[in-house]
Amino acid sequence: MTAPLLELAGLTVDIATEDGGSRTLLDGVDLTLAPGEALGLVGESGSGKSMTVRAITRLLPRTATAAGAVRFEGEDVLTMGAGRLRGYRDSGVGLVFQDPRAHINPTRKIGAFLIEALVGNRKVPKREALARAAKVLAEVGIDDPQRRLRQYPHEVSGGMLQRVMIASVLLAEPRLILADEPTTALDVTIQREVVGILDRLRRERGMGMVFITHDLDLALAVCGRVAVMYAGRIVELRSADTLHERAAHPYTLGLLGSRPSIDARVERLTAIPGRPVSAFESGPGCAFAPRCSFATAACETTPPTLTEFDGGLVRCLRVEEIHAARTEVKA
Amino acid sequence: MNSVKSTWKRLNKALGRSGMLSLAFLVVVLLAAVLAPLVAPADPNQSSLLDAYAGPSGAHLLGADGIGRDLLSRLIFGARTSLLGPALIVGVSLLIGIPLALLASWYGGWVDGVVARVFDLVYALPGLLLAVLTVALFGPGLTPAVVALSIAYIPFLARIVRAAARQQRVSPYVDALAVQGFGMLRITVRHILRNIAPVVVGQAAIAFGYALLDLASLSYLGLAVQAPTPDWGVMVSDSDAMLKGYWLQVLAPGVLIVLTVLALTVLGARISGEKPPGYLRRRPAKAVAAEKNRTTVGAAA
Repeated sequence: MTAPLLELAGLTVDIATEDGGSRTLLDGVDLTLAPGEALGLVGESGSGKSMTVRAITRLLPRTATAAGAVRFEGEDVLTMGAGRLRGYRDSGVGLVFQDPRAHINPTRKIGAFLIEALVGNRKVPKREALARAAKVLAEVGIDDPQRRLRQYPHEVSGGMLQRVMIASVLLAEPRLILADEPTTALDVTIQREVVGILDRLRRERGMGMVFITHDLDLALAVCGRVAVMYAGRIVELRSADTLHERAAHPYTLGLLGSRPSIDARVERLTAIPGRPVSAFESGPGCAFAPRCSFATAACETTPPTLTEFDGGLVRCLRVEEIHAARTEVKA
Repeated sequence: MNSVKSTWKRLNKALGRSGMLSLAFLVVVLLAAVLAPLVAPADPNQSSLLDAYAGPSGAHLLGADGIGRDLLSRLIFGARTSLLGPALIVGVSLLIGIPLALLASWYGGWVDGVVARVFDLVYALPGLLLAVLTVALFGPGLTPAVVALSIAYIPFLARIVRAAARQQRVSPYVDALAVQGFGMLRITVRHILRNIAPVVVGQAAIAFGYALLDLASLSYLGLAVQAPTPDWGVMVSDSDAMLKGYWLQVLAPGVLIVLTVLALTVLGARISGEKPPGYLRRRPAKAVAAEKNRTTVGAAA
């Protein structure tokens, strides 16, 4: 096995509150990503997906403290010096944000945005940088790149701007791409196209990717493995091809079950009861217990650990019983 | 040719009629100051006792002062000191204030706290008092007055810069730039400062007007510009002429001070994005008419 590109070891993030206390947002997240691999991070709002991405890029709020380790090619990002951190952010990692409109300086032209890293950090001549930018714009499917380079962000559509952002990440040629819900702000028709472009170009360049989404199907489509997060913890991790059949955690099952199907017409869509909680709101036991239809008294008090089950990792006390019951029903 | 025209159009649109008028006035004053030796009809310090308190005539367009110096020429040369002083004050305070404000807004926390409290402290000192104190220590003259006022004006400009920069600092695009591997210097100077430039320039124009008034006040008290150097503030303080009833001697430089400050204030407000008074009343005229139309149509239907 090759050395991992990215390794999260017991990553825990606490944020200080106004009254002097602290709240846990991420609680012991362990993940590894091989070079060129795509990993999906799936969960509801508040499950800690975005905080994980922020921790990987060390872009945490001022009041947050991170424990554990984020190792990129073996080096801990959390303890890097300022110069190393800049180098890592420049060429190691690239981040595609959810809302390109907010994450691109609105007063500068698209061309200036795209070439700034090349010209500023890598001393590429401006003319060459512009040529490369135009080439990548064409690769992400933008017509007439020369004209786009001279336009301001407000002059183009959201879908195109997201492609511009993907282009900016590709231009930097990082080893790792983090995509934080890259299509949530886009029209459904554009979503597929943008994800397709991201997936194809990532594969061509052999870049690793962490793909964050709340759309389980989207994650299954572009990723090799999928990690399901709940309340700041990973509750299930397995390969995308087997998740449909072998999903074992009640939360994953709930997510799979709450997707409307186009094959059958139903009166009422199934949903997971209750609302998602954050890590700091959960009790001493399993964070999902209050919403879980399989929960017992033990689930409320004993925290489950992430253990191997049926070719994946599952964090559930009753996983074997639930699995047995489900197979029985099927048979 | 075409680009000159479009630049003119854009300028006109951005500044409005009052802003353009202010700009035109300031350009004229600035040109007069720079080209003073060419445009002034006489030597500003050449006295001729025969012409003392002469009224406006062909020889002296605006008349002459108490020792027969040409008033118009003194006004034109006076523009030099009257504009140079405030320009230095605003320039120096920006040079010190902007880096401090950007540092404070970037790092936040205790750095920001210390810088903000220092600004508050200096802000609490009346600028004129500081200037009088400096003059008491170093003797009267333009330099000590400018130095003192430069310090006094730092918070006036830097507080605005800090507030605007803080707002930019928490914008998502700043995080995105940090993730691209850019350092503090590049992000603050090339992105944040650039985006808040209209606010800074606008506030600087307003500060320029105030600085001109403060310097004029100090000169009026005899603490800044010294005779015989022509200066609008000094000329306003020519109480001798006023007492004798030669009001034009005092009124002319006074009007120039008021107009220059007014023009700068209006221009500054336009640059920082404030709409001209009456903007709201004037603009919706069409909309009001359209609404009227719609109601009539609605009533008919």
